[in-house]
Amino acid sequence: MSEEKNNGRMSIIVRTIASSVFPFIVIFSFYIIMHGHLTPGGGFQGGSVAASAIVMLIAAYGYRKVDERVKENSLACIESIGAIIFVAVAFVGLFMAASFMYNFLVGSPFFGEIPHGGNTGILNSGGILPILNIAVGLKVMAGLSAVVAVMALSAGEKK
Amino acid sequence: MIWNIPFITVIVLIAVGLYAVLFKRNLIKIAVGITIIESGVNLFLITLGYRKGGVAPIYTNLPPNVEIPKGMVLPVPQALTLTSIVIGVAVLALILSFTMKIYEHYKSLDSHIVRRLKE
Amino acid sequence: MNLIQQMPAILIGMPLIAAFLTPIIDRVNKKIRNGFVIVVLILEEIFMITLAWHVFTNGIAIYTMGASNPSIVPLQAAVPIRIVLEIDGMSAFMGLISATVCLAAGIYSISFIKEGNGKGKYYTLLLIMLVGMLGMEFTGDLFNLFVFLEILSITSCALIAYRNWYGDAVEGAFKYMVVSNIAALFVLFAIGLLYSRYDLLNIAAISKIMEYGSLEKIALVLLVSAFAMKCGAVPMHFWAPDSYTVAPAPITAILVSASQASLYALFRTCFSLYGNLMDYHSIGIVLILFGLLSMFIGVTMALPQKDIKRLMAYHAVSQTGYMLLGVGVGLYLLGSSNFNTYGVKAMEGGIFHIINHAMYKGLLFLTAGAIFYRLKTRNLNEMGGLAHTMKFTSIFFIIGALAIAGIPPFNGFASKLLIYEACYKVNPILSIIAMLVSILTLASFVKVFHSAFMGPKLHDVEEAPKSLLIGMGILTFVIILFGLFPGWVVNNIVHPAVTALANRIDYINAVMGG
Repeated sequence: MSEEKNNGRMSIIVRTIASSVFPFIVIFSFYIIMHGHLTPGGGFQGGSVAASAIVMLIAAYGYRKVDERVKENSLACIESIGAIIFVAVAFVGLFMAASFMYNFLVGSPFFGEIPHGGNTGILNSGGILPILNIAVGLKVMAGLSAVVAVMALSAGEKK
Repeated sequence: MIWNIPFITVIVLIAVGLYAVLFKRNLIKIAVGITIIESGVNLFLITLGYRKGGVAPIYTNLPPNVEIPKGMVLPVPQALTLTSIVIGVAVLALILSFTMKIYEHYKSLDSHIVRRLKE
Repeated sequence: MNLIQQMPAILIGMPLIAAFLTPIIDRVNKKIRNGFVIVVLILEEIFMITLAWHVFTNGIAIYTMGASNPSIVPLQAAVPIRIVLEIDGMSAFMGLISATVCLAAGIYSISFIKEGNGKGKYYTLLLIMLVGMLGMEFTGDLFNLFVFLEILSITSCALIAYRNWYGDAVEGAFKYMVVSNIAALFVLFAIGLLYSRYDLLNIAAISKIMEYGSLEKIALVLLVSAFAMKCGAVPMHFWAPDSYTVAPAPITAILVSASQASLYALFRTCFSLYGNLMDYHSIGIVLILFGLLSMFIGVTMALPQKDIKRLMAYHAVSQTGYMLLGVGVGLYLLGSSNFNTYGVKAMEGGIFHIINHAMYKGLLFLTAGAIFYRLKTRNLNEMGGLAHTMKFTSIFFIIGALAIAGIPPFNGFASKLLIYEACYKVNPILSIIAMLVSILTLASFVKVFHSAFMGPKLHDVEEAPKSLLIGMGILTFVIILFGLFPGWVVNNIVHPAVTALANRIDYINAVMGG
């Protein structure tokens, strides 16, 4: 009952906690995405964490408030851009070097280092993998939060 | 015997999921059934890659005295499971949005009422 | 850079990148978006013909993702690493079907898809559907097959539900989603079983060291039943009429070739993965039974239908039976001395029927869509006299109906004749049932033609718009071409596909070397 009266908002305690935790969740998701080629995790996991942050905002503030700030159209655009980066990197491997998804960055100064044996936490390695992780992360973050936002929006319209 | 428990769980999960899909009338329960089957298959894949006493196949912060690669669990089934989970998320989102649309049109989620096509 | 060598990856990658560019171009200008999609589809068709020509003349093409030389598979202790695409005659043949149908459906969609607020995403999903089909047909890796299967089923479900302002569209999509997802999970389980035995995912590598034990039998049963479920063979056909009916017409046309991609996966499992290791007599009989049941039940269910697309959908089930019958007879005879005489002939018939079916059934669904576009109904009782105004549509319908009934000189006749001939030598009853089904098909389409196009002028409608006519015209052109030169087509396109499917050793050696 009270949810409808407050336009889908929850109490001030929840809202304050949600806004103060939000940046930490986003930073954690960036950590997971950036370390995707070294530790468990990667683009999908990091992206889902970031999407969960946006879902938390929707739960705390109500979908209308979040919808004002984060437009579903721009989310769809970000999602497309993530996918385009992914396929474009694969195609650069095809046209500039040997084959589709060829790891052309190996040996270059940019992410090119390949440490011998165990590479303990060296971020500057992995060739194209970090780029692909970032692209997947963007896509998953935008895609999952768009899914939840659209569902919340159409569920709200019916009331 | 103790090593067979995961496989028995897999069979149980798949059976429960199939039961839900075949005999339940609520569409959301059917969606849940599909997710349960999927968890069963994912558990099966993960169990395939398990090695007794193996560690996660990551070089970073590897515990000492681990033989490489024999002391690690197989990474390929984990990659397969991860892909299958990602696909599962997409499938679940799509099925649930279908369910929402069906509820909008039929005002019901009972599969005996949602059958306009049969007529 | 050798373009032919890179062609498999370009064929899969280009529609993928175009799919995600489409929503961005859509925000700028709708006309540019339409042009962009059509250009991509035409390029895809040209590339596909080039690759198919290369494969038919030079043999199997191999593409290793991410390798320094994509044509050579890196082997480490007889284990192929990286994902391998393997395009043999059969894959190229199926790729040609998918690309052609998608081109026709894409052009058709421009005028057809007028309503709805997600038109940019419609083309995105259409292009990803093409990616899914081509991926399933090209891949040489079991897990990759599963991924493309899921891509294909997710996109096709989303497109079946495109007209979500009708409740039944979403209902049909829900049904298809449940069926195809359970089928895909069966496939994944079977892949897990095979992986647990051999630690391999590459089809050729597994095939090389496979021993036919009980685990492999379970995997075979799971794979065959799952793919038969996805291609709409009769005991598992219930999803096909529902989802074919409610999807927008161009999507139905693509769905026909999407279910044929599952058929391809079924044949690939039977012939290349298991081949003569398995008990091919029993599996052949199972396929023949699937085929006979599909043919007969499909056509008898089609006869009393009043909904034009539902009627055609039951015919699609029935026609799938012909392909299963033809190839099943080939599988039944595999290894016997008769295989090279009429076993090959039966398979040629079955496989030639795949491309014929994709063309004429696609055309028939598109004509049904054109009628729906003008009349806004699918009920046959409300139609009548359309031939007065929709002249081209009725001509296209006649050509499609004659082709599906197997009347010379259209292409359905050529493939059905091959099937009748070869099946007669195995067991005359098979041919008799096949001919009976063909007659019933003709009867059913005569009924549709009479109630929809003949009679007095009931509706004051115009001819369908140009883009619809061009889309239908492409498929009609192919039908007439194949009907006029069936010998050339069988020798140059179908025969390489059959030999590629039957030659398991070549398929293995292309990846594993020697």
